[in-house]
Amino acid sequence: MSQSIRTPLMFALVALLFILQGSTDWWIFAGSWNASLAILNMALVSAVMALGVNLQWGYAGLFNVGVMGFVALGGLATVLVSMPPTPGAWSAGGFKIIAGLVLGAATIVLMIWQFKHMTKGRRRNLIMLATLIAGFFLFRWIFDAGVAGVEAVNPAQTGYLGGLNPGGQDNYRAHGYMTLLAWPVGGLLAAGAAWIVGKTALGLRSDYLAIATLGIAEIIVAIIKNEDWMARGVKNVIGLPRPVPYEVDLQRSADFVAKADALGMNVTTASTIAVKLSYSVLFTVVLIVLIVLAQLSLHSPWGRMMRAIRDNEVAAQAMGKNVTGRHLQIFILGSALCGLAGAMMTTLDGQLTPGTYQPLRYTFLIWVMVIVGGSGNNLGAVLGGFLIWFLWIQVEPIGYWAMTLVTSGLADGSALKTHLLDSAAHMRLFSMGVILLLVLRFSPRGLIPEK
Amino acid sequence: MDFLNAVVALTNFVLIPAIAYGSQLALGALGVTLIYGILRFSNFAHGDSMAFGAMVTILVTWWFQSMGVSIAPLPTALLALPFGIVGTGLMLLATDRVVYRFYRRVKAKPIVFVMASMGVMFIMNGLVRFVIGPDDQRFADGARFIISARDFKEWSGLREGLAFKTSQGLTIVTAVIVVAALFWFLNKTRTGKSMRAFSDNEDLALLSGINPERVVMITWMIVAGLITIAGVLYGLDKTFKPFTYFQLLLPIFASAIVGGLGNPLGAIAGGFVIAFSEVGVTYAWKKVVTYLLPESLAPSSLVQLMSTDYKFAVSFVILIIVLLFKPTGLFRGQSV
Repeated sequence: MSQSIRTPLMFALVALLFILQGSTDWWIFAGSWNASLAILNMALVSAVMALGVNLQWGYAGLFNVGVMGFVALGGLATVLVSMPPTPGAWSAGGFKIIAGLVLGAATIVLMIWQFKHMTKGRRRNLIMLATLIAGFFLFRWIFDAGVAGVEAVNPAQTGYLGGLNPGGQDNYRAHGYMTLLAWPVGGLLAAGAAWIVGKTALGLRSDYLAIATLGIAEIIVAIIKNEDWMARGVKNVIGLPRPVPYEVDLQRSADFVAKADALGMNVTTASTIAVKLSYSVLFTVVLIVLIVLAQLSLHSPWGRMMRAIRDNEVAAQAMGKNVTGRHLQIFILGSALCGLAGAMMTTLDGQLTPGTYQPLRYTFLIWVMVIVGGSGNNLGAVLGGFLIWFLWIQVEPIGYWAMTLVTSGLADGSALKTHLLDSAAHMRLFSMGVILLLVLRFSPRGLIPEK
Repeated sequence: MDFLNAVVALTNFVLIPAIAYGSQLALGALGVTLIYGILRFSNFAHGDSMAFGAMVTILVTWWFQSMGVSIAPLPTALLALPFGIVGTGLMLLATDRVVYRFYRRVKAKPIVFVMASMGVMFIMNGLVRFVIGPDDQRFADGARFIISARDFKEWSGLREGLAFKTSQGLTIVTAVIVVAALFWFLNKTRTGKSMRAFSDNEDLALLSGINPERVVMITWMIVAGLITIAGVLYGLDKTFKPFTYFQLLLPIFASAIVGGLGNPLGAIAGGFVIAFSEVGVTYAWKKVVTYLLPESLAPSSLVQLMSTDYKFAVSFVILIIVLLFKPTGLFRGQSV
């Protein structure tokens, strides 16, 4: 089957899955458009993440296991941009926090300068150590005072610096466009973190990048969980403004009610579907723009160079290409896409809950999407995003169905049967592992292979 | 007197926990390093295989406990350990047979192995959660302390207590025995020598008639032993929770790289470097400092360099520093 038939066919099959989910409750399908659109929205976000990972892996062969961290940074950006500033928090210690952070950064820069410009020897080491100790204690002294001040501001409700929303505490929801502004900011934050990791770990063995990214992801999530002054940590920030209308407003508007009646729909259902559809439209626009950009770059001289580097680093280097530099560039780009997707996801959720960031869900699942869809092929990665996210949600009903089938011979209420039925939820990880291994072994180029 | 109190507090809260944790990390890192040396890839399924080994041991322990078998004051888990090792060994050999052997045959790039190990990680993780659930499990029994804090206070007359848990003592003793046995095996036996030869220079080893499949099989068996022991000891010392084992991956990798990937001696040193820095940086030094300094200088804060939630950051920072300045690790590991 030629690729030009295969690609649309695959997408049609996945579309069919979503249509079945919306229209029929046969077998494992829910038969609700609300459920179908909810999966679709997250699938669109996952597709953006998969595009980012594909950029790194498919174009350049870089193994990034820190997707979760970049996604979480995107979520953080949404809070930092779209929430209103907490009244009094800045004067209570916000500036001290910033001063402390600047001081900390200055200490590191000073140490790098000392390392580069002083003569080697014990004297340099001692001076660097002294700088580190002095800088650290000064940093903690200023920073801790600021943190204590900010976190004391109405801790039950805020206790954090808040964001940049011009609406203020009472009217910030009217400025929903701020969340859209947060998306590129999320990309930028992720790009910054990627630069730090890339600078240290690129150019070494390929496994080292994997381990370094695994580490940075854990640390980013740990920071977001523990630094309450930034985004309230595990106390979560809820009620983020939305770029789309609220259901209650729709239900109140006479115009909308009339339209829903004309379609013969329940007004509540119609409003939830309308909101989800608006998100889908927003996300689809972003995804299409990104796919077009990615395709253009892939077929540009730059894309050819990237693939040449991936296929034979030594030869590319001999042709005068700066391999480490290119790798750093594409690593940053791919991570920025993950950050963008993270901001989109937090916008969709309407809240930032750092406790829910799990590496298996946000890093390794995205990898399964890319490998299954077809690494090196943008459309493949997007398809993988849709298909695997659908399966990830649906494996639970499928697992339950399979377990009921397996245990149908056992007596009701037997311990083994209860245990097996209760454990059906854990089928998710297991089945994703099996899918990954099967694709890797028997069809390593994925569903839509690279041309 | 105050000085003695400070020493006791230091031993109680820093030295003993760090040595026990370091031994656990060292055992885990030895497994990573062996796989890296012989099979030449970083095994991402390591943490979850560790959880699998601990799980098998726990199940057998529960079975023994239900039958009333016990070796008190030692924990029953020790008796169940051989069963756990055999179970894990079979599991690892099966994964090698089904997953990795194919990639060895086609001489796939190391990164493909890493990816396959990611799939194995998912499966192991799912399997463990499926059988034993995602929650904390208790399986420790027998005497809790070798020296309890109160006994020590009565005996010494000091204000500070010194508690030495059975699990900690057991960890240290077991780690010493296991490491000694492993080094004897690698250095003195024919099979061990063939493994080292294979790790140093694969082509030369093949030319001199070493059977690679046999070397790989023995490696997996040894790794099964190491990770099951490490997993069970960690579970006895702290708690068994599948997700914690996944998170151990980072400090274990850091230990192996800091020591020099592929170098067993380095893995042990790396384990202790990571453990001591983690405990040292996240410990609140207030107590020790208060004993040492005159009263007027006593600190009011906790004197904690970083909150315990950032312990992963410690292993990460050490890892980054080593990668930047000495990418082959402290004890010259394999190529960068």
